Amino acid sequence: MSNGTSSSLMVRGTAVSVALLIAFLAAWQWGPGLLRIPPFIIPPLSMVANEALRMWHVSGLAFHTGVTAAEVLAGFALGSLLGAFIGYLIGMSPTAEFALSPYILALQIAPKVAFAPLFILWMGFTVYPKILVAILIVFFPVMVNVLTAIRGVDPDLINLARAFKASRAQIFWKIEFPASLPPLFAGLRIGSTLAVVGVVVGELVGGNMGLGYLLSFGEGQANTPMVFVSIVMLTLVGSVAYLLVILIEQRVLHYMPKRAQMGF
Amino acid sequence: MSDLIRLEYRNVTMRFPQGAGYLTAVQGVSIALRDGEVVSLIGPSGCGKSTLLNIGSGLTAPSEGEAFVDGERVEGPNAHVAFMLQKDLLLPWRTVAENVMFGVEIQAVAAGERKRRAQALLETLNLAEFSEHYPHQLSGGMRQRVALARTLAVDPTVLLLDEPFSAVDAQTRMVLQRELAQTLKRAGKTALLITHDLQEAVTLSDRVLVMSRRPGRIIDEIVIDIPDRDDPLKRRHHPAIAGYINRLMDRLDIGTAVPA
Repeated sequence: MSNGTSSSLMVRGTAVSVALLIAFLAAWQWGPGLLRIPPFIIPPLSMVANEALRMWHVSGLAFHTGVTAAEVLAGFALGSLLGAFIGYLIGMSPTAEFALSPYILALQIAPKVAFAPLFILWMGFTVYPKILVAILIVFFPVMVNVLTAIRGVDPDLINLARAFKASRAQIFWKIEFPASLPPLFAGLRIGSTLAVVGVVVGELVGGNMGLGYLLSFGEGQANTPMVFVSIVMLTLVGSVAYLLVILIEQRVLHYMPKRAQMGF
Repeated sequence: MSDLIRLEYRNVTMRFPQGAGYLTAVQGVSIALRDGEVVSLIGPSGCGKSTLLNIGSGLTAPSEGEAFVDGERVEGPNAHVAFMLQKDLLLPWRTVAENVMFGVEIQAVAAGERKRRAQALLETLNLAEFSEHYPHQLSGGMRQRVALARTLAVDPTVLLLDEPFSAVDAQTRMVLQRELAQTLKRAGKTALLITHDLQEAVTLSDRVLVMSRRPGRIIDEIVIDIPDRDDPLKRRHHPAIAGYINRLMDRLDIGTAVPA
């Protein structure tokens, strides 16, 4: 793809994106009124915006967003580290993979969010159960991607290194680890969005902090705009996490052929 | 070319477990390459040519017999041998120069010396201006040239080449063959070249060894008595070429064989 077509694609794509956003916001603002949908079902945009301001000043929206963001960050970071570590470990030892795979599979099939009440029983209404759910849910896509990447390294590449008398550590650091980075980042992208899910479920189940708490509080009050604001903020937190991963990925994988990078 | 033996296979047999029994890939193969000699190994698919290469580079141990490089028994990978495959095996996250330095880096050659060697090789192979490029920015022929530079960078005495040019287009192949021939001659390297290309075998080599169908044995040795081993393009036009190729076709049963 030449530079000319890719930049014109970007201009056109951005224009359409912005137009869609405006259309969406307009539909949100005037659609409910036109279709006679009551505000407690779908509050118009302006009502939600006013509620956001109110929550900012009265309900500590910034604080709760901060708590959720911190939990997402902690859960994502720890879950990714753990997932990558176990992925590399199992990837390098067929014995470990053979021995551990049934348990890993069982844990992968078990719905992770169902653990949230259990973790709250164990650790109380603190931030820890939320982080733990996030860790558990982020762990799998990262681990599976790393494991598949290590398995998928061309054996001839390993033989090439061996023929140069590379040690096991050299084979890992010079071939397996760099080769695993693109799939690792694919796993991190998925993990960054899942971390938000894990944290919110934890917050919904119990506690008095975070956007999940505001969400269930708003629901209890039949305050639909408050629920909307919480959902928007959660989406924002997830988007920031995802964008951070992409920014780091572009730095680390700078050698990859330039694709049309749309941020997905 | 001296009488010093650089690479030798002594009565090498290789069996692989298959089902309840064994599959014999190579049977009692003995080959000796003198210093500076380029020898081609030609034979039907699956006759164990690549197995011999793996044994020579120390990646696999033979079931019977032994291999020697520079008079030393091959017990495992060693610095005297380097191989190059049909696949370029370039690391996409390394620049051309870094890829060339891959082997010397593993062998812990000092950084300054690494750079000097890489630079010199890149210049010889007309790659100097691409040294900071990444592999995906190069054509197939250029990538194979980088692979050749990486193979030469470790300064091996013996090169094992497994169909190094079979994946590039015909014109690029001729250019690469000439570069290889010139480089081998200039550096005085000994090389075992595995190929399916009869013309490549004849134009690049001092000798061609013909292997049989599995289990692979050496069934013929053809000494290529044509000058200009460092110029395969010139050799192509030599009147004796056709005779050698015909003999190879005969030995390989090309034209009479039942398709495998």
